[in-house]
Amino acid sequence: MSQETDVVLRLLEQHEEQIIAEWQAEAGASSSRLSDANRRGMRDEAEGLVRVVREALKSGGDPEQFEAPQWNPVRQALESLSRSRAAQGQSAGDTSVFVLAFKRPVFRAIQKDGRDSQLQMGAVWALSVLVDKMAQWTVQTYQQTREEIIKRQQQDLLELSTPVIKLFEGVLAVPMIGTLDSQRTQVVMETLLQRIVETGSTLAIIDITGVPTVDTLVAQHLLKTVAAIRLMGAECIISGIRPQIAQTIVHLGIDLQGIASKANLADALQMAMQQQGYIVTRARQA
Amino acid sequence: MYRIPILQMGRNLLVTIQVDMQDQMALALQDDLANKISVTEAKGVLIDISALEIVDSFVGRMLASISGISRVLDATTVVVGMQPAVAITLVELGLSLTGVRTALNVERGMELLAQGQKENPLGR
Repeated sequence: MSQETDVVLRLLEQHEEQIIAEWQAEAGASSSRLSDANRRGMRDEAEGLVRVVREALKSGGDPEQFEAPQWNPVRQALESLSRSRAAQGQSAGDTSVFVLAFKRPVFRAIQKDGRDSQLQMGAVWALSVLVDKMAQWTVQTYQQTREEIIKRQQQDLLELSTPVIKLFEGVLAVPMIGTLDSQRTQVVMETLLQRIVETGSTLAIIDITGVPTVDTLVAQHLLKTVAAIRLMGAECIISGIRPQIAQTIVHLGIDLQGIASKANLADALQMAMQQQGYIVTRARQA
Repeated sequence: MYRIPILQMGRNLLVTIQVDMQDQMALALQDDLANKISVTEAKGVLIDISALEIVDSFVGRMLASISGISRVLDATTVVVGMQPAVAITLVELGLSLTGVRTALNVERGMELLAQGQKENPLGR
């Protein structure tokens, strides 16, 4: 262990209570909207961090080598801190400000300690490096956590928005909701074709009631899906074309010739049943 | 070179493609099939591609031209058992094989052939 980190360690041990209190005040001052629960949580976090930092310094951790195994507990503590902050929806700035607020109380302690100015400067530098690395690590994990959340949500959205429903023996339906981009079309196409093979369905109804706009690109995606369904040996009906969309399709000159289309899902189902040779009759008056 | 066998079942011809198609093989199949249709006076051709996992534009075009050839020789072609991935690939290649009849499996394909030259009710 070097002399500088030794000084930092000694001061952390001597003035622990004061440093934590000052840290908390400092962090509390820089972020304005804080509840009591937040303050209490902050104190716990501060205490925990000071403890793991002390242990790391005791076991000979060098602030310049933050990736060394001695710093593992510190890195883990910071990871859990930034994860919980990300989950609470706090910004990356707030999170790193909290870690950086650790600097001033310890600087003050070093200043008061003032014996050997050479050693003092060294201690300040060692601490500065350490806190900067800690803040950097926090922001890095914070960003990673946020990215994971975003990715998971995207995946959920993609899967949620494209269910393939079996309506009837040999009839599948896909209610499309939201804008159709190439990625979504790809997912819809794959799941639909897979389900056609699994269920041996000969008819698929694509319902576009939930598609807000249809432009040439969306129409092209639709036509591709229809073509793929036909190649598989099944047929396709497009339903839920709203009046405005019907107008757009005609004005854009999109060729939907040869594709069966119905105004709503009920009509499409009726046509599907007819196609399969079913007749629906009413047994009694309700 | 491996030649794809063509089986006769009544008035229909049955072709099962179980190996990855090479261009020479596709050309040979086209040749053989044209000869066989005219010799046997077949009314229907059923091509089972359920084992085919890789297609390129050449094979896609081959399917379209076989269908065209047999139509000229007064036979209906049905392509059955296309894998989803193959269907997507063909569409992305811009080959939607208009005019080629398709069915989910051999059984449905046979039904379609039995229906004969009747027009598809969905207006293909």
